[in-house]
Amino acid sequence: MSTPVIQTENLSYVYSKGTPFEKTAVENVNIQIEKGAFVGVIGHTGSGKSTLIQHFNGLLAPTSGKIWIDGEDMWANPKEIRKFRFKVGLVFQYPEYQLFEETVYKDIAFGPTNMGLSQEEIDQRVREAAGFVGLTEEQMAKSPFELSGGQKRRVAIAGVLAMRPEVLILDEPTAGLDPRGRELILGQIQEYHRRNGNTILLVSHSMEDVAKYAQKALVMNDSRVFMYDDVDKVFAHAGEIEQMGLSVPQITRIFLRLAQLGYPVSSDVYTIEQAKAQLMTLLKKGERPNA
Amino acid sequence: MLKDITIGQYFPGKSIVHRLDPRMKIILTVLFIIMLFTANNFAGMGVGILFLVVGYLVSRIPFSMIGKSIKPVVPIIVFTAVLNMFFIEGGRVLFEIWVLKITTEGLSLAAMMALRIICLIAGTSLLTYTTSPIALTDGIERLMSPLKHLKVPVHELAMMMTIALRFIPTLIEETDKIMSAQKARGADMESGGVMQRAKALVPILIPLFVSSFRRAEELALAMECRCYHGGEGRTRMKQLKLSYLDFVCCGFVVFCLLATIVCNNLLPSVY
Amino acid sequence: MDSIIVADKLNFYYQNEGEAPQRVLKDLSIQIAPGEFVAVLGHNGSGKSTLAKHFNAILLPQGGVCYVNGIDTRQEDKLFEIRQQVGMVFQNPDNQIVATIVEEDVAFALENMGVEPSEIRRRVDEALRSVGMYEFREHAPHQLSGGQKQRVAIAGIIAMRPRCIVLDEPTAMLDPRGRQEVMRTIRRLNTEFGITVVLITHYMDEAAQCDRVVVVDDGVILLDDTPKQVFSHVEELKKVGLDVPQATELIYELNREGLSLPRDIISEEECVTVLAELLSHSR
Repeated sequence: MSTPVIQTENLSYVYSKGTPFEKTAVENVNIQIEKGAFVGVIGHTGSGKSTLIQHFNGLLAPTSGKIWIDGEDMWANPKEIRKFRFKVGLVFQYPEYQLFEETVYKDIAFGPTNMGLSQEEIDQRVREAAGFVGLTEEQMAKSPFELSGGQKRRVAIAGVLAMRPEVLILDEPTAGLDPRGRELILGQIQEYHRRNGNTILLVSHSMEDVAKYAQKALVMNDSRVFMYDDVDKVFAHAGEIEQMGLSVPQITRIFLRLAQLGYPVSSDVYTIEQAKAQLMTLLKKGERPNA
Repeated sequence: MLKDITIGQYFPGKSIVHRLDPRMKIILTVLFIIMLFTANNFAGMGVGILFLVVGYLVSRIPFSMIGKSIKPVVPIIVFTAVLNMFFIEGGRVLFEIWVLKITTEGLSLAAMMALRIICLIAGTSLLTYTTSPIALTDGIERLMSPLKHLKVPVHELAMMMTIALRFIPTLIEETDKIMSAQKARGADMESGGVMQRAKALVPILIPLFVSSFRRAEELALAMECRCYHGGEGRTRMKQLKLSYLDFVCCGFVVFCLLATIVCNNLLPSVY
Repeated sequence: MDSIIVADKLNFYYQNEGEAPQRVLKDLSIQIAPGEFVAVLGHNGSGKSTLAKHFNAILLPQGGVCYVNGIDTRQEDKLFEIRQQVGMVFQNPDNQIVATIVEEDVAFALENMGVEPSEIRRRVDEALRSVGMYEFREHAPHQLSGGQKQRVAIAGIIAMRPRCIVLDEPTAMLDPRGRQEVMRTIRRLNTEFGITVVLITHYMDEAAQCDRVVVVDDGVILLDDTPKQVFSHVEELKKVGLDVPQATELIYELNREGLSLPRDIISEEECVTVLAELLSHSR
C-alpha cells in the first residue's frame, strides 16, 4: 500500500490545558487516510471533528501524539509549518466572511501570492480555480462584496483551490444555502475530485450529502473516532449513528424499518438510486412465481 | 488564543456586597476614593485598608485577585514611589549617593503614594468583581438620568454599552476564526518587521469590519421588530430598590470616612 | 374567521445604484388564517424573505395593500401595534440577541412597550418556559448553543404575546440537534398556544411538518396547498430549484418505472407502509 496522505498516531488535543476550563477535544486518534479518497466527516457539534481537521493543516498542534502528511512528520520543524498549510487546504465554515480584497481576482490570488509563486503561475492558478467554481471573467473584476451569498462562497473556495492543495478539507461548505446552491457547490467539488484525483475531506451535517458524494466516512463521537470505513459499511450501523444524535438519510431509515418488519431488503441503502434498484429487483423476483 | 482572555471581571456570587444596589456601590466607590485622597497619614490610610479587607472578606473574593488586578500597574506604582523617594526632601537623611538623597519624609510619602494607588485599584476592582456588567451599566444609567434634562443621551449611551458588552465575546470568536482562515491561506502573521505585521492585519480587519456592519444592520432590524424606539416610555423588568443593607453599608463607609478625617486631625500629616 | 394577514396584489422593487429596478414581488396575493402553520419555500432570491418582511411592516408595499389584523401596514401610527401582533425571528441567532443575560433579552420588547415591571417578570418567565429555556434565564448568550440561542430569540418574540410569528430560515445556521429543538418549539407554539406560524425554510422535511406549503418563485406564488399536494409536484419543484423529501422522491421514481403508488407520500411512516404493502403483494 502507498503512504497514506494523512496519518495520525495517538493524536490528542486538550483545550486550555492547566486551567479550570481544561477540555479534551480530541482523544487518541489513530487514522490513515488514503491518497485520492473522498471522505465524509460526520459528528455532532462538539464531537471534536472541527478540532481534528484543524490539526490536518497545522493550525493546531497536537497536545500529544504525532501526525504525518505524505509521510512527513508535520511538527518535526515547527518553523516550516506553512509548507503543510499549502499542502492541505482548509475551507472554513461560512468562508465568505474571510474575503477582504478589492476584487475577486485578488482575493483568490491571496493564497498563491503567500506561497511566493511567480506572476504567471499565480495568474494561471487563479483562472483555473475560478473555472472550477464557475466564476465568470466579469465577476473576477468585481468587488467580492457585490456578489450574492452563494457566489461569495464559491470565491472563498476558489481561494483555497488556487493553492492546488493535495488534500482539500471543507467544513460544511453548504451551510445556509438553498438546495440549488448546495447541489451546485457539491457538484463542483465532486467534479474537482474526479478530474484532479485529490484527497477530499467533506465535513457535513447532512448524511444525505455524505451518502451521495463520499466514498468513505469518518464518524467522530465524544472526541474519538467511532468509525472510519466505506460509506455503505458505516451506514450499516445506522442504529448506533442515530443514537449519537446524528441523523442517517431518510431513505436508510425507511429501509432499516422494512428490514425490521421482515422484508428481505438490505439495511445499507443510502441513496434513492440504490433504493429504487433494490426494490425493482425484489419486485421482479416476486413476479416470477406468479407468472 | 484570544478566547482565553476573560472579559469583564465579574465573579458571580450571593454575598452582601453582590446584592447591594449597583447605584449604591458606585456611590460608595466614589466615597472610598475620596477617603483615600483625604487621608494624609498612615492611620487614615489604615482605615482605608481595613475597609478593603472587610469588603473582600464579606464578598468572598480571594485576596490573590488584588495581586492580579494590580499587576498591570506595577510599573506606575514603582515609578511614582521612586520619584517621591528621591525628590522629596525633609526629615532625617537616611542614605546618600552622589546627588540622590533618601530622607525619612521622602520614604514615607513614597509609601503613602504606593498604598494609595494599590487601594484605589483594589477598591474599584471590588466594584467590578461583585457587579455584573449589566448591573453596572444599569446603575450608571440611572445615576446619570438627571443629566437627561441637559440633553445628554443617557439611555443611548447605556444601550451602546450593553450592546458592546454583548458583542465582545462574539467578535473575539469571530476574530479567532478569521485569523485561522487567513492562516490556512498562508498568511504569515508571526514574522517580519513592524510594517509587515501591520500589513498582515488587513486581511483580518477588513472582514471583521464588514461582518460587524452586517451584524449591526441585522441587530437594528431585530430591535425594530421588538418595538424599540429609544428610551422614551420604556420600563424596566428589574427595578432597582434600595434596601436596609444599602443604608447599613453606606453608614459603614461614612463612618470610615469620618474616621479618616479624625485621624488626619489628631495625628501629624506625612506631607 | 378573519385572516390575520392579508396581502393583496403586492408589488415590490429593489433598486441598486445605477441599475434598473428589480421587481421582486409581482402582484402577489396571500391570506393567512389564525392558527395556521404555513411553510414558505423558494430558492434564494425568489422573493420569500421580501414577502415576509411585509407581514410586520419592515417593508411597505410599493403596490397593493397588506393588512395585519385588519390594519393597513402603511398606517404609521399603528406601527408598534402591528409589530406586537406579528413577531419576527431571523436566521442568525447571534445577531438578534440584544442583552447580556438571557432573561434581560426576553424582557427587551416588553420594556420597549412600557409594560409594568411585575407583568414583564411574569411574561418573561412564561415565555422562557414555553420554549424550554427557563433554567438558562441567568446565562450569558454566548454560553448557549445555536439552537438554544434561537429559542431565546423566539421567547423574546413570544413575550409580546403576538398572534402570529414569522420565522425567516430560523434553522439554516443550526446543526441537526439544534434544528430539531427549534422545530419542536415552533410546533408546540402552534398547537398548544394557537399562535399562527409562518416558517420560511430551505428544508423540505420541515415544510412537510406544516399544515400548508406555499411555494414562491420569481415573485409569484407557484403552489399553495397541503404538503401532500405540493410535494406531489416533484418535477415542478425540481425545476424551481427545490427538493422533495426522500420518501416522496423514492415513490416518484418507482412510479416512473411503471408502478402506480399513491403520489402524496411525504413521511417516512407512510412510505414504509406503502412499500411494505407492495413487497408483501409480490411475495
